[in-house]
Amino acid sequence: MGRAAFDEMQGLVNGREPTIRAAYQHLKHWLDRTPPDVFDARRSQAELFFRRIGITFAVYGDNESTERLIPFDIIPRVLTKPEWTLLERGLRQRVTALNAFLKDVYGPQECIKAGIVPADLVFQNPHYRPEMIGFEVPHDTYVNIAGIDIVRVDESTFYVLEDNARTPSGVSYMLENREVMMRLFPELFARHRVAPVENYPDALLATLRSVAPRSASQDPTAVLLTPGRFNSAFYEHSFLADKLGIELVEATDLFVKDDVVYMRTTEGPMRVDVIYRRIDDEYLDPLVFRPDSVLGVPGLMSAYQAGNVTLANAVGTGVSDDKAVYSYMPDIVRFFTGEDAILPNVPTWRCREEDSLAYVLDKLPELVVKEVNGSGGYGMLVGPHATKREVDEFRRKLRHAPDGFIAQPTLALSTCPTFVASGVAPRHVDLRPFVLSGADDIRIMPGGLTRVALKEGSLVVNSSQGGGTKDTWVLDG
Amino acid sequence: MLSRTADSLYWLSRYTERADFVARILDATLRLASLPSSYGGERNEWESAVSVAGDLAEFKRHYDTANEDTVRDFLVFSQNNPSSIRNCIEVARDNARAVRTALTVEMWDAINGAWLELKKKPSRDMTHEEFVRFLDWVKSVTLAFDGSAYRTMLRNDAFWFTRLGGAVERADNTARILDVKYQLLLPATERVGGSLDYFQWTTILREVSALTAYHWVYRESVKPWLVADLLILNPQMPRSLANCYEILMRHLDLIAEAYGRRGPSQRLASNMRARLSSTDIDAVFKQGLHEFIEEFIADNNSLGSAISQQYLT
Repeated sequence: MGRAAFDEMQGLVNGREPTIRAAYQHLKHWLDRTPPDVFDARRSQAELFFRRIGITFAVYGDNESTERLIPFDIIPRVLTKPEWTLLERGLRQRVTALNAFLKDVYGPQECIKAGIVPADLVFQNPHYRPEMIGFEVPHDTYVNIAGIDIVRVDESTFYVLEDNARTPSGVSYMLENREVMMRLFPELFARHRVAPVENYPDALLATLRSVAPRSASQDPTAVLLTPGRFNSAFYEHSFLADKLGIELVEATDLFVKDDVVYMRTTEGPMRVDVIYRRIDDEYLDPLVFRPDSVLGVPGLMSAYQAGNVTLANAVGTGVSDDKAVYSYMPDIVRFFTGEDAILPNVPTWRCREEDSLAYVLDKLPELVVKEVNGSGGYGMLVGPHATKREVDEFRRKLRHAPDGFIAQPTLALSTCPTFVASGVAPRHVDLRPFVLSGADDIRIMPGGLTRVALKEGSLVVNSSQGGGTKDTWVLDG
Repeated sequence: MLSRTADSLYWLSRYTERADFVARILDATLRLASLPSSYGGERNEWESAVSVAGDLAEFKRHYDTANEDTVRDFLVFSQNNPSSIRNCIEVARDNARAVRTALTVEMWDAINGAWLELKKKPSRDMTHEEFVRFLDWVKSVTLAFDGSAYRTMLRNDAFWFTRLGGAVERADNTARILDVKYQLLLPATERVGGSLDYFQWTTILREVSALTAYHWVYRESVKPWLVADLLILNPQMPRSLANCYEILMRHLDLIAEAYGRRGPSQRLASNMRARLSSTDIDAVFKQGLHEFIEEFIADNNSLGSAISQQYLT
């Protein structure tokens, strides 16, 4: 890595005496004054709390323990009001553009005709759903729930790292992290004016009900569709259904009759109007997508296309969170909103372009290379931390199928003070705020999920790769 | 409520009830097996425990002899035995996890806490003393689960289905004890019950925490036909078949009332209750205790299927 990372507590350390940034004054004082055994006790209380409530996730390919806790760090990450205001404006703009882009690619395709995005990137995208062409989704919102990953590199620069427009997860951690922090450290909340996030479930329910099909009753029934309890995010699904007061359904709980979706209840069939689905497109309906899917509901797509049920997010949103399409987002934002992107992209080389590929191959040990369709930190190369063998392997992959990859500079992600074995030390973080788009409004909770790479120097924050989480505070005024 | 949710609640409560039952059987067997041999003949208490609390044929596929080690292994830990305590708690927790939203925090804590604890418990090599403590712990898990359901759940269909599962399982368990021990309970005509029999009877009562209840109700020394009367027909006895059917009837009625419709499960339960309340223990013995119990177990299973068809699928 070229330069030192920006530390959100101490600012940039340039060999000078570190200064504590204003937002962290109280926190620094608290870290210095609190005896270590108090922290130890609080940390084990936090762990106990998470175990008790059963907030676990499954790690694929790990037979030893299929349910694990994501490590939680008790030192909160603090964002100031002006920082958040900037992020909020940027997120609103970004999600507006994502929705407009999706309406366009499944509609008039103006942005392709105008040469903003190459046609093949859209039409040959594995997440592009021809079934959606010409279909008007209720209220023009495709991405009702978005998780936009943000990284910070200095005092004033925030980049969008990824748009998660399919079934972003993690919001339960945002809520539970706050819950446990308020239990453990009420005195800290008394000293900070932290903007609340606890109304997320209400906001989500309002969003879901707002996009009910026009044929639905005045009091539409929403459900959350989960792949089931062996899914890595099952805890979150049940947590959200509970907080929203809606049924948590599996595919077998639903059936379609005459293009209307019903759930099986102890009192007989009951009509369903809105499905917050946490199942990928290709598993939704075995009659239309993967015929071997046992997670899906036969006939669901036809009910959807008949306008009798709303799926949130809409089918086909994956085309907008593809990492190759990502690289065009600044142009997409400009095209659909008429404004420059408030939150810039990380500079990105598209390996499909010859010049870029040559550059990437040349600088491979310095770059981060990602699979266009990968997620969760799987299938990526972090050049500076990779072995020569890994770099060579990626070189081969890149030559073989350059279209499948993008590359980015290895960013010096900002760091936050974090408890580690040796005490408190800076660790790299990112941020996933959650953006809700309804028929009526865009709703954003102040903050989001901060993920932290617990290993020293590591830039990979994914929970599947040993990342942890922190509570994220937006100071109100 | 979702049929699947009702199904999970029903099975959650069946499996917690079963875990308790298996623990009680093991506890009682330990007691019997510790009697000096002069109190009895060649009976194999351990094999009898497997017949009551598991599947003897399945057991014999995996073990040569029935003794404390092999039976403990089969009834507590074995993956081959769907009713092993470990399996019961795992299945219960699995069902609980699937309907996390329908449970109160206390119920979830009881079952999830037990599941976490079970991973830490000393396994196959626990000492005799640890084993006794372990069985107490299992019983306390079911108590905590039942208690939390009773104290914290809304009195709606979720609660009623939970109660149904517990009662169907309990009726089956009581009937299973009677089925395996029925020879002991037959009125002794040809020989006076020896002291081993006495201990067997009291142990049956102890298994179902009914020894004190027995003395309160009958105010005389333990007689086999009275043991049968208590466990089959006495509606005051929480585990008796009669009381299980009181509970089943009450909750099936509540469900029918709430949903505005009666069905096969209400009819079946009502017939069974009528049969239990209109007979006496002499009539049962006249029909043949063994036949009576066999029939009961089959009918109880049919009720389980009827509930399942009517509500849970």
